[in-house]
Amino acid sequence: MELKYKIQGGNFNRAGYASSEVKKVLKQLNVDPKIIKRIVVALYEGEVNIVAHAFNGLATVTIDAEKIKIVLKDSGPGIPDVEKAMELGFTTASPAVREMGFGAGMGLPNMKKNSDFMEILSTVNVGTEVVLMNYFSK
Amino acid sequence: MKSLYFCLENYTDIIVGIMEMKTIVSEINGTVRVGLDLLQNNVDFAFASDLMSDVLTVEKEDILLITGLANLQTIRTAEMADIRYIIFARGKNIDGQIVQLASENNMVIITTPYSVFRVSGILYQLGIQPVF
Ligand SMILES: Nc1ncnc2c1ncn2[C@@H]1O[C@H](COP(=O)(O)OP(=O)(O)OP(=O)(O)O)[C@@H](O)[C@H]1O
Ligand SMILES: [Mg+2]
Repeated sequence: MELKYKIQGGNFNRAGYASSEVKKVLKQLNVDPKIIKRIVVALYEGEVNIVAHAFNGLATVTIDAEKIKIVLKDSGPGIPDVEKAMELGFTTASPAVREMGFGAGMGLPNMKKNSDFMEILSTVNVGTEVVLMNYFSK
Repeated sequence: MKSLYFCLENYTDIIVGIMEMKTIVSEINGTVRVGLDLLQNNVDFAFASDLMSDVLTVEKEDILLITGLANLQTIRTAEMADIRYIIFARGKNIDGQIVQLASENNMVIITTPYSVFRVSGILYQLGIQPVF
């Protein structure tokens, strides 16, 4: 199964739409609730990152019998130093983003924690691609 | 459930408590905005934060969230984190979008004139446990 969701940069009202839809699908597939939580928390962090830091993006979600693969691809400023961005507490978030309850530099580390596999590919002034993978059983 | 509540009052050295949402609402002078039919549900752990990044790191599910941040992302965050009980402190304005998204997700939304500090203090004293 493949699902695609557009993500609009700057639009905080829509952030979480993709995560919410994916959560419904995974519930229907009877995936363990603890694993669903890990998946949708990671996806939601990724969505919020596109909304907060990029111009627009696309989430492509592929589900098969044993795993889910999520590719979050955006056009945006890119991440100059991915290793640094992965550090807990590193953030370039604007005051507007902080006002929404985000921008503590906790998202990328939390995505890492909640996924079985994570990879970031980024090109400055072009965009960022984050790949997440989770298995349905441990 | 009422008997457990009285039991907690009489033995103040008991630190572990389970509380009906109904009791919590009256203790914090709260108004139920969503989820009137879910007030018999019990809560045993709570977390207070205005930082959604932080809420998203809480692994425990079915906790009560006490927050001063009342926007759509608070509800979205709770949805992903499997949090179904939210107290909005200091009489925050809860708009129709928030109410709708919260009821779609079977949440209980309570507003209170009390501060996050005061709500936390009351619930802590009643035996609700901290996540961290
Ligand atoms: N999609 C993206 N495009 C451009 N920069 C990004 C993107 N995602 C993350 N970053 C950069 O990496 C930093 C760290 O991201 P991370 O998600 O860990 O924290 P945050 O988004 O700043 O705050 P929080 O996640 O706690 O709300 C961001 O501040 C930003 O500089
Ligand atoms: Mg982030």
